[in-house]
Amino acid sequence: MCLGIPGRIVSITENQLAEVDFSGVRREVSLMLCPELEVGDYCLVHVGFAMQRLDPAEAQETLELLDQFLEASGESP
Amino acid sequence: MKDKKITLSHGAGGRLSHDLIEEYFLPCFDNDLLRALDDSAVIPMQSEQANRLAFTTDSYVVKPLFFPGGDIGRLAICGTVNDLAMAGARPLGLSASFILEEGLPIEDLERILASMKGAAEEAGARVVAGDTKVVEHGAAEGIYITTAGVGQIPEDVAIGSAQAKPGDVVMVSGPLGDHEIAVLMARGEFALQGEVESDCAPLNGLVEAMLEVCPEIHSLRDPTRGGLATVLWEIVNSSKVGVIIDEGEIPIRDQVRAVCDLLGFDPYYLANEGRLVAFMPQGEAKAVLKAMQAHPLGGEATIIGKVTAENPGKVLLHTPIGGHRLLEPLSGEQFPRIC
Amino acid sequence: MNPHKSPDEGKLAPLLLENIAALADSPMRLMEVCGTHTVAIFRSGIRSMLPPGVELISGPGCPVCVTPAGEIDRAIALSRKEEMILATFGDLMRVPGSSSSLQEERASGAAIRVILSPLDAVKIAEENPDKTVCFFGVGFETTSPAIAAAVMEAGRRGLGNFYLLSSQRLIPPAMRALLSGGGVKIDGFILPGHVSVVIGKAPYCFIAEEFGLPGAITGFEPLDILEGIYLLLRQRKEGRTEIEIQYSRVVQEEGNPRARGIMGEVFAPVDARWRGLGTIPQSGLVLREGFSQMDAAQAFDIPYAEVEDPPGCLCGEVLQGLVRPPECSLFGTGCTPEDPVGPCMVSTEGSCAAYYKYGRGAGGDER
Repeated sequence: MCLGIPGRIVSITENQLAEVDFSGVRREVSLMLCPELEVGDYCLVHVGFAMQRLDPAEAQETLELLDQFLEASGESP
Repeated sequence: MKDKKITLSHGAGGRLSHDLIEEYFLPCFDNDLLRALDDSAVIPMQSEQANRLAFTTDSYVVKPLFFPGGDIGRLAICGTVNDLAMAGARPLGLSASFILEEGLPIEDLERILASMKGAAEEAGARVVAGDTKVVEHGAAEGIYITTAGVGQIPEDVAIGSAQAKPGDVVMVSGPLGDHEIAVLMARGEFALQGEVESDCAPLNGLVEAMLEVCPEIHSLRDPTRGGLATVLWEIVNSSKVGVIIDEGEIPIRDQVRAVCDLLGFDPYYLANEGRLVAFMPQGEAKAVLKAMQAHPLGGEATIIGKVTAENPGKVLLHTPIGGHRLLEPLSGEQFPRIC
Repeated sequence: MNPHKSPDEGKLAPLLLENIAALADSPMRLMEVCGTHTVAIFRSGIRSMLPPGVELISGPGCPVCVTPAGEIDRAIALSRKEEMILATFGDLMRVPGSSSSLQEERASGAAIRVILSPLDAVKIAEENPDKTVCFFGVGFETTSPAIAAAVMEAGRRGLGNFYLLSSQRLIPPAMRALLSGGGVKIDGFILPGHVSVVIGKAPYCFIAEEFGLPGAITGFEPLDILEGIYLLLRQRKEGRTEIEIQYSRVVQEEGNPRARGIMGEVFAPVDARWRGLGTIPQSGLVLREGFSQMDAAQAFDIPYAEVEDPPGCLCGEVLQGLVRPPECSLFGTGCTPEDPVGPCMVSTEGSCAAYYKYGRGAGGDER
């Protein structure tokens, strides 16, 4: 019940507002729920609010783990 | 004329109306047929083995009037030329009727007319008849344009929504959704910043290039309101065939996709004003694709699917993970959603 | 670059499906609680690829679908007031109330604005001091912290013309009600990934501990959903009943405590009526005393009247997973997206709309 879109923080103004880039499209996003976010961070955005930090390296890592696991389990019937 | 704004007097039919036409409209659309200023334009038939006329009409009410990549004027010319082109017709003449709101800055009118002139030149089309009316402030939003277009169809061309055949290849001429997203962003309602430009362009040149290598193109449609999905649905119903589209092949710009993600829009329902969807026999596909890609408006042309005898009346999407699902036509307005 | 999307989707998906098929030797009924999952499952084509042993049932996690028609009527009544601007999410525009919808009201001249963020409503209030602005807020725990933050911001800016009409609900109490009702047979849950970004893992533990069922907190990309299904099947194989986090790239075990804190500062839980599920204790949210001056339900004379479901409408049963949309006699005949009877057909993520739009007769999807 929730569209959450990943975006990258381009700049932070005062009043806990940030400009977030979504593949070239930019919108103002509130950091009220996630004030620790910094410029350059990726975050999940829902209804104009950053909800959580996203770590692309970690995301990539989990995919690689999945890949390896599946390859391994695929070998045993 | 010294006025800076359109007034009701400009629409009264008297000297001011005459001056308006002389000073602003005629120079933009100048040609023998229009300059005669008769009640009807009289157009000689051109005998290139043409035996049918294509005839279309449309109205343009877009807001805002000006947006990245175009404006209401360019839209009006391109939209009409494209409707003719989708029948394989060369434009013989267009008409343009203007409803002007009292208070419209003349500067805006000039800009729109200049844009129409440019678009008409690009298309090699002529506006040969026109009309203007002025309504009170508030009764229109700046300007509404209604057009009609007449074209002639070469004898060996038989393009129609009912002509698609099983085995045909389905192609699009470029990325989808640019126009609708550009206009949406220009409206500023959702405070989205970006550089998306409308794809608004006249497609008759591209269609001619395609017909030159393949006169046997079966169907051509420009996916305007309702987008790709609606056009495909109309074809499968008219032609009584099925269509399978490879979803991964549908070209959509990253920015357009991002806006769709943010608003919860489905990109397959977005309006385009300078793209076409083509259906042609499989044997011709390679040559047509090459011709399209060589044309400035078809550089990103891609094959996206094929026509089947199975599942008539249904549009099937083959999804990137290897599954499939139906693609239904647009039902009502797409509202942005959060869920 | 999109840290969500995997370039290896085409390769990993078949591998996951193989593993799923290998584990689906006996039937397993999984409920995807969240409406966004319902849509994602259909749009990705997953439904067409699952082995027959795996059945997916849509649950009540569609905030629009579970909003009683009486609450839509209340919003409509508000929108008809002079000097009122009603701001809401687009999801609500076409939902039928007892005799009209917000879209129809707008067509008749009501000042209704579609917004993307609750902060947009605060902005509208600030820019229109001579008007009254009411935000009609619907959503679950993903959305309520944002609504709470907007309420706080309106307070900070001293906006006396800003109000909230809350139709917000909570997921875990609804799941408890569903499981306690005993009507629907479920073997596991695909849990809502974005609700969990806020609430974390703990609120779902009762599902495993009290009802002995596994859950997987799942993301919304096709690979996420396949992995979630796979994890649930694997739990069954290994005899475990746990709540696992598949969506670990965003969901932390403890959720987002700050978001929960803000939500808790502004809202208090209250009993709430859910379409199809009846009244569920402590499953809705109401503004706390410190913010109650912004409560539209208190400030305006708009009585709430319960509305009977239209005859033949099975939205209630669909929402509980008791009936599949095609089994409703109105499905596709008297009830279509163009002419909906119940909200499950109107909402973009309602089960009925999803079945209608993506799944009818495309060769074996209707499971």
